[in-house]
Amino acid sequence: MANQVIPENELLDFTYDLPKTDWMHTPVEFKPGMYCHGAKEKTVEAVGMPNGHAWSPADEDWHLPEGWKETVLNGMQSLMGKYRSFKLFMDVCVRCGACADKCHFYMASGDPKNMPVVRAELLRSVYRRYFTLSGKMFGELVGARDLTEDVIKEWYYYFFQCTECRRCSVFCPYGIDQAEITMMGRELLNLLGLNTEWIAGPVANCYNKGNHVGLEPQTIMSNVEFMMEDLEEITGKTYRPSFNRKGAEILFVVPSGDLYAEPGTHTFMGYIMLLEELGLDYTLSTYASEGGNFGFFTANDMAKRLNAKMYAEAKRLGVKWMLGGECGHMWRLVNQYMDTWNGPADFLEVPVSPVTGTRFENASATKMVHITEFTADLLYHDKIKVDPSRNDHLVVTYHDSCNTARAMGLLEEPRYIINKVCNNFHEMAEETIREKTLCCGSGAGLNAGENMELRMRGGFPRAQAVRQVRDAYGVNTLANICAIDRAAFPALMDYWVPGTRVTGVHELVGNALVLEGEGERTLDLRLQELPRKPKPASADAASGEGADHVQG
Amino acid sequence: MKIAIPLALTALLAALAWAGTEYLGLQVLFGIVVPYVAVACFVIGFVFRLVNWGRSAVPFRIPTTCGQQKSLPWIKQNKIENPSSFAGVVGRMLLEVLVFRSLFRNTKTEKRGDKLGVGSAKWLWLGALVFHWSFLLIIVRHLRFFLDPVPAFLAGIDGADAFLQVGLPLLYITDLTIVAALTFLFIRRVVVPRVRYLSLPNDFFPLFLIIGVVLAGVAMRYVFRIDLVGVKEMTMGLVTLHPAIVDGVGAIFYVHLFLASALIAYFPFSKLMHAGGIVLSPTRNAANDSRMVRHVNPWNPDVKVHTYAEYEDEYKDKMAKAGLPLDAE
Repeated sequence: MANQVIPENELLDFTYDLPKTDWMHTPVEFKPGMYCHGAKEKTVEAVGMPNGHAWSPADEDWHLPEGWKETVLNGMQSLMGKYRSFKLFMDVCVRCGACADKCHFYMASGDPKNMPVVRAELLRSVYRRYFTLSGKMFGELVGARDLTEDVIKEWYYYFFQCTECRRCSVFCPYGIDQAEITMMGRELLNLLGLNTEWIAGPVANCYNKGNHVGLEPQTIMSNVEFMMEDLEEITGKTYRPSFNRKGAEILFVVPSGDLYAEPGTHTFMGYIMLLEELGLDYTLSTYASEGGNFGFFTANDMAKRLNAKMYAEAKRLGVKWMLGGECGHMWRLVNQYMDTWNGPADFLEVPVSPVTGTRFENASATKMVHITEFTADLLYHDKIKVDPSRNDHLVVTYHDSCNTARAMGLLEEPRYIINKVCNNFHEMAEETIREKTLCCGSGAGLNAGENMELRMRGGFPRAQAVRQVRDAYGVNTLANICAIDRAAFPALMDYWVPGTRVTGVHELVGNALVLEGEGERTLDLRLQELPRKPKPASADAASGEGADHVQG
Repeated sequence: MKIAIPLALTALLAALAWAGTEYLGLQVLFGIVVPYVAVACFVIGFVFRLVNWGRSAVPFRIPTTCGQQKSLPWIKQNKIENPSSFAGVVGRMLLEVLVFRSLFRNTKTEKRGDKLGVGSAKWLWLGALVFHWSFLLIIVRHLRFFLDPVPAFLAGIDGADAFLQVGLPLLYITDLTIVAALTFLFIRRVVVPRVRYLSLPNDFFPLFLIIGVVLAGVAMRYVFRIDLVGVKEMTMGLVTLHPAIVDGVGAIFYVHLFLASALIAYFPFSKLMHAGGIVLSPTRNAANDSRMVRHVNPWNPDVKVHTYAEYEDEYKDKMAKAGLPLDAE
């Protein structure tokens, strides 16, 4: 897929020079490879979203529904009452430019409308024209412009060139968050039936089938069966994780990517090895088979509708608390939206680890624990045995996913785990990790195939940071805790840093986990030969080092 | 054009005040009516804007977390950059408001051949900080024109600001720093291509207004050496609501006063409201505690969902075949 994109040297053949004409007088140009297919009428209608119709972004006429202008302006009015963030962010920007070169899409395309401040001005200019006195009176002189079909097209092009990663908001002196503005822009576009098929399709799947990738219950079960067969070959143990089981203590919700394709499935195998080894009383669900939420990339109501099944299923199954898998935007929503949307979760209990007795006070309202919090707690209390040398063939770096970093602050837990289960870990450059982490370039529903050039560009700053640690330390593995990362990074790495393995953190855990009564492990979770153990000559040193990690 | 028009407008305002008081005898208009109208605009406008923002809901807690969350007891939380308590939020806001914490993170991205390079870029932070603090100190210093007797601490600030003991009248350090900072901020907006590209006329207008106020003020003190006793008589008249015109304070004073009036009248209708807005910013003023404490959305909509019962009904045969338990059995 990735190699259909223009060659690397051409992709980087751009400058930060600015066009002669200012942005307001530069019409949007739809460049192939930089945008997604439009949502089809039937996909939009499948979930009852408004104004689905036949159109294509490449067409001159988008067949906007009658009265579209009023629809948009009324929509803006309504959103301003609903979101203080929206109104405030329309008003307080001073255009200092601090955000301008913090966006990965701007950094790797040079397109000035991808500077977060200008992307926001695309919407602000319309806000000023219709909702402020000065804009009504002085128009362009105060940065106001009329709402036209071209403006709608521009919104579509650029609000789907933003991954809602929030990096700009870290640097903004007022905390203006382009993610919030993009969300409002997309919400307005959705009123006109304008979305991408890559987002609308998974939304429809998730609503009807329970997950984005559209796995029906029997397919989930057979996928899991395949994975468990692999695990049996690797460990000699038989695993039968339960689904839809009433009366379990814990409901475990993962992103459906982990049930669907490599390398997510390897991460899933890691989860199951761990949970089974601990003998936890947990179950998964085919109904709540998606922690992610593409509805969030359309409109608030849709996101709430897709999220509802998580608590509903926990209640139906009568579990005590919930555990969540490795997923980025899922965790933004669990942390900042789920309880507000679909809570209170008063039918659940404050999560307590049955293994360590740790009470997860930080999840006392949502009753949902992140699996890296859970596993870090196990390792801290020496409740599992790990042999990090089984990951010695991997030189690992860690990518903070945007949402867990900037909408949660889950920074140390995954690092603690990686350091326990791997011997070779190296951080990328300071300005590319933690709260300053760079996006994979494919988040917020942009991980389609037809916009591959956009994805390769958007992911370039991240890839460059990976390349630096590859050259400096021989890094060959990019660990992460996000299903979109696991889906998007393989193509990005193939393109910019070939030979880099993309892995979930719990795949590394699964490799290192020493199982009760297990013989010597010869295969990793990808069924690849593990590096041979050192010969007896160096056995002392190896066991001495290993004892540190294996105790308990 | 986006520079010329606001510059011309500012010059026009200054010329109006000069001509109006020097040749047309409109001292009452520029010395009494306009300042009162401007203050009224400022107060009413400022309050209106805050109330207007405040009336919009805050449906979700969306802090931008810039450090480690509160989770396991042995993992050190960053209590300021990722606050989970009110005290932490206050600390974060104070850092933002007093020392521009977020702007301090600023970096600069450059493209060298096939590589992107990121370098330190603290100049914007420094320029902004020097400008805002100088401005604040100058405003505080001006209180001596509105209070009689002048409180000791104001005299102290005044003395400290003039501690260089250079020139007569004594040169204020803040006059130097604000002129330097404004010059930097203006030049940056014009010279840095990216910033010039994204600037609007309404970014230059307040900048020119402030430069105008400062230059008129500096000229009054160091060049024209206007009658300070007369000025104080007028300003005291304004604050005690017994306004009167004192002859002989000079047109330059009216230019200063008129531009300052224009600035505060314009304030609530402009981007200058960032001063009030920052405190309400949802990505900065909220604690990251929504997994611990339930946050309620006042307009949380009722939505149609696909229930488990509907799901089971649609897939029951397939579920049964796959060995999954069914509710409807």
